[in-house]
Amino acid sequence: MNWLSNFVRPKISAMVGKKEVPDNMWRKCPECGQMIFHRELEENLYVCPHCDHHLRLHMGQRLDLLFDGEGYQKIELPESVSDPLKFRDRKKYTDRLKDARSASGDNDAIIVSHGKIGGVPVVAAILNFDFMGGSMGLAVGEAILSAARLAVLQEAPLIMITASGGARMQEGILSLMQMPRSILAVNKVKEAGLPYITILTDPTSGGVSASFAMRGDIAMAEPGAVICFAGARVIEETIHEKLPEGFQRAEYLLDHGMVDMVVHRRDMRDTLARVLNLLCNPGPPAHVVAIPPSTISAKNGAAKTRNGGNKKNAAPHRRSTDKKDAGKD
Amino acid sequence: MHNFLDFEKPLSKLEAKIEDLRHLSDDGDINIADEVAKLQAKSDKILKQLYSKLTPWQKVQVARHPDRPHFSDYMEGLVEDFTPLAGDRAFAEDRAIIGGLGRFRGRTVMLIGHEKGADTNTRMQHNFGMARPEGYRKAIRLMKMADHFGLPVLTLVDTPGAYPGVGAEERGQAEAIACSIETCLGLKVPLVSAVIGEGGSGGAIALAAANKVLMLENAIYSVISPEGCASILWRSGDQAQDAAEAMKLTAQDLLELGVADVVVPEPVGAAHRFPVPAIAALGDAVEEALGELMELDPAALRRQRHEKFLTMGEAEATS
Repeated sequence: MNWLSNFVRPKISAMVGKKEVPDNMWRKCPECGQMIFHRELEENLYVCPHCDHHLRLHMGQRLDLLFDGEGYQKIELPESVSDPLKFRDRKKYTDRLKDARSASGDNDAIIVSHGKIGGVPVVAAILNFDFMGGSMGLAVGEAILSAARLAVLQEAPLIMITASGGARMQEGILSLMQMPRSILAVNKVKEAGLPYITILTDPTSGGVSASFAMRGDIAMAEPGAVICFAGARVIEETIHEKLPEGFQRAEYLLDHGMVDMVVHRRDMRDTLARVLNLLCNPGPPAHVVAIPPSTISAKNGAAKTRNGGNKKNAAPHRRSTDKKDAGKD
Repeated sequence: MHNFLDFEKPLSKLEAKIEDLRHLSDDGDINIADEVAKLQAKSDKILKQLYSKLTPWQKVQVARHPDRPHFSDYMEGLVEDFTPLAGDRAFAEDRAIIGGLGRFRGRTVMLIGHEKGADTNTRMQHNFGMARPEGYRKAIRLMKMADHFGLPVLTLVDTPGAYPGVGAEERGQAEAIACSIETCLGLKVPLVSAVIGEGGSGGAIALAAANKVLMLENAIYSVISPEGCASILWRSGDQAQDAAEAMKLTAQDLLELGVADVVVPEPVGAAHRFPVPAIAALGDAVEEALGELMELDPAALRRQRHEKFLTMGEAEATS
């Protein structure tokens, strides 16, 4: 029996079963209920061709969509404590982690990568909702810190793509402590004068939205994404009222002034590229008018010429290289 | 007359009996006085026994006890010339968070904290200590004012959590909390936080990203209520006891995890029975914490706070 199940059966299935046929050729749109052929869905970036509903993307799909053609590189993340409380509910936390790790191939609910978007080198951190609801514990906090440090080191903007139910309950209070920790992390990027751009996808809530997710210099959201602090069910149970139409959706947040823009998935990379180029390639330095030497000291005059005097430099100029002195603190 | 918690049942009968006997003793019978003393001793013994080994779930109940001193009690007991300052200058005044200037043991401080209210009327007024974005934005405004005038900030945390409501969400509950945490972290003045009752999730950390975090002996501090945790992970709110156990939310647990810096002992029988000594004990602990921090310069204060939160949880990695 052992030999049969352990050796023969895998061999046979390896020979006959390795065709790449998706389990489901058709997928039902959760919004309009129409059936969509898998190839059509894929070509349409997992946006329903009937109602434009943005279905949730897997991490790999998200990464492919984000970067320029040359792709991206994942960075290795430092290890952190995986079960600080020795937590157990109906199941051990370590077992839940093991399952999520083998299903995703990643160590936790986040990956950090770097590559180019619109020609601008960036660091991107992406939360994986498929990994325990994209929840934030020590490992996610540590990864955000790594991403921020890398961005500062590379003088690159930090792009944060969120998809999370909030804090990782199984890490108790230490998951709550990742809120200040992640804010400190993204502030390192801001203090270095580098852009921190958030892309809020479905869903972004709880401790994640109430920390680094809501602190982007520029906040973009995917259409229809639920972005909130408290979940709709909790609110309904508290106030015993029906919630308004479109409540906590990206468009609702836009109307209430909570995000800068709602961007269709097919336009996301272009929009990002445009924003990044506006911020990182602000153009040639301003034309410098010479001040008569008698009005200023010789020392100040020398400094002025060095900083802004290169009038011929019309080529796009990365702002961050100017920031070398400003950001070191 | 106390409100007795479930686990305090043995006490309630005894104390009722003592009360009855005390009324009888008006008749001048000496034997009754003896009897009262005996029963009182017995009651004290039981109280000591009960409170020497509280389970996490029992601590949750004590932390939420309606008679437990709240913000206003600490304010009255510890701060002179308290001058409340209202409003976020943008939308409204949120009474779930009170803030203002006052003199704490000779020193002007900015005192900010959640107020749960003491009776039906005040509980409604203070929304049971559940703040809306305006509350956090008021806290931000006051913290920045303290920073501007170089005054230390003392926050008292006692909230079930941020208020889950339609308006709160519309006006950016998440953003307000994130900014409040950020403001705490950026202060150039000492920030001491004390969890005096319930430290409920985001609503609590919004005021508690501090240089020193104190917790009263029977206070709790957690990422989600045990009931909420149970209903999600156990699929049943009835399992709240198990959740309370697993979540490690007591002051003693948090000291061990490095989240709390000091546990302030309460009198035997807890702060709801003996509010005056409990309030004084917190005052002493705050004074000590502030004294240490006042010696640090603005840059060192920020650095200490940043280091504390950047390394939180790492201690467990090495041990």
